[in-house]
Amino acid sequence: MCSLCGILGCDDHWTNAVVRPGVYTRNHDTLARRTETARRLKSANAVLSFRRLKLDVWQGRSYVVASPTGASSVFEALSHLWPEAEALAGREFDPLDDTFIEWMEGQALS
Amino acid sequence: MTPVILLTGFLGSGKTTLLQRLLRHPSMEGTAVLVNEFGEVGLDHHLLDQIDENVVLLKSGCICCTVRGEVADALANLHSMRTRGEISFERVVIETTGLADPYPVLQTLTAHPVLRSHFSNGGVLTTVDTVNADIQVTHRAEAVRQIAAADRIVLTKTDLAAPQEEEALRQRLLRVNPAANIITSMSSVETILADFGPLSFFTSSKSATQNHICGPGCGHDAPTKCDSLTDQHRHHDETFGVTSFSLEIEGGIDWTMFGTWLTLLLHKYGDRIFRVKGILAIEGEALPIAIHGVQHLIHAPTHMDHWPKGMDQSGSKSSHLIFILEDIEPEKIRRSFHAFMNVDTVKAAAR
Repeated sequence: MCSLCGILGCDDHWTNAVVRPGVYTRNHDTLARRTETARRLKSANAVLSFRRLKLDVWQGRSYVVASPTGASSVFEALSHLWPEAEALAGREFDPLDDTFIEWMEGQALS
Repeated sequence: MTPVILLTGFLGSGKTTLLQRLLRHPSMEGTAVLVNEFGEVGLDHHLLDQIDENVVLLKSGCICCTVRGEVADALANLHSMRTRGEISFERVVIETTGLADPYPVLQTLTAHPVLRSHFSNGGVLTTVDTVNADIQVTHRAEAVRQIAAADRIVLTKTDLAAPQEEEALRQRLLRVNPAANIITSMSSVETILADFGPLSFFTSSKSATQNHICGPGCGHDAPTKCDSLTDQHRHHDETFGVTSFSLEIEGGIDWTMFGTWLTLLLHKYGDRIFRVKGILAIEGEALPIAIHGVQHLIHAPTHMDHWPKGMDQSGSKSSHLIFILEDIEPEKIRRSFHAFMNVDTVKAAAR
């Protein structure tokens, strides 16, 4: 826990359980951890941009998702990402929605 | 970590009878038992009391809505007593009421801040009454969820049913849950418990392909010709209202994007995805990762120390995912999966 702001940095999302440097919460290799975080941001932002939202790291231990109008929301673990993003966008992210899938397909690697 | 085996099954399907048999077996020595019952007087407790002194009766009935706290308290209490040296046990069996959806208990094990450090999911064992299964499953959603959550299904009362009835039921159960091993209660305790666990589908001597039943929609004449769980391979059972299908993905997948996709999918559709289970070949890793989830819940993925037989043929690693769905079109899941996995993250984020 960060003694300054009391934020619990315990991202225990199931995706953490993969053997890769930087993934585990108790990993003290700062560089590897930041690389892994950057990888997650990249994946999430590719999806969030459908509703023009952007995810970033907050204080190195939490996440902040922001809308183009500047509204933002801070949360601790990736498991909270989608409820927070939907609340901020005011609309849902439906991975089986045709429009959403078509948009994702339009962003495919060429 | 102490494994917790969840014994579930519809009312009257023979859970307590099976539990009594299991507990008498020497290999089950050191088992603490939690019994959950629906009703004023807990009779099962008295039946089991003679066998094991570590039986705790959860009194408030329906496990799906009220007992989650009690399960947590009972497990935490067992752990405390063991730490104090008052009792000792190596595993826990929770016998749920016949009306319980197994999901809340599994979630308690994963999400509870204390329990998750001391207990792990030891697998879901579901009893199915061979004679009455059709009626129960048709009328009670809980029965379908119990079958879908099962790692192993034990058919009971097979001596009261005709062999063709049993075979028909087996095929239907496999259509609902192709990831479950199905055995009968006539089997020995050793067989019932052999390789049992949440990953038994992948680790047991029976490979995924052997467990696969082909129907008219498969394009195969016989199970022996069905040598892979192919993309869009699906089975639908009209009466049970449940579709299972498997997705095969060639090559390694991006774990981070997969996590993003599955988290979003379960966030939105977790209540209609009874089960997701699979082995994944991860980009940059030599060995596979097994994942398994029930509804909104994904258990901590397991790193396997070898590829299951038949899944790493000729060095071409592939991922297999099995879904058990209610009212979701499998094709949409397949399309969504590929759309996410093929996305150009730079292009998309530049929007």
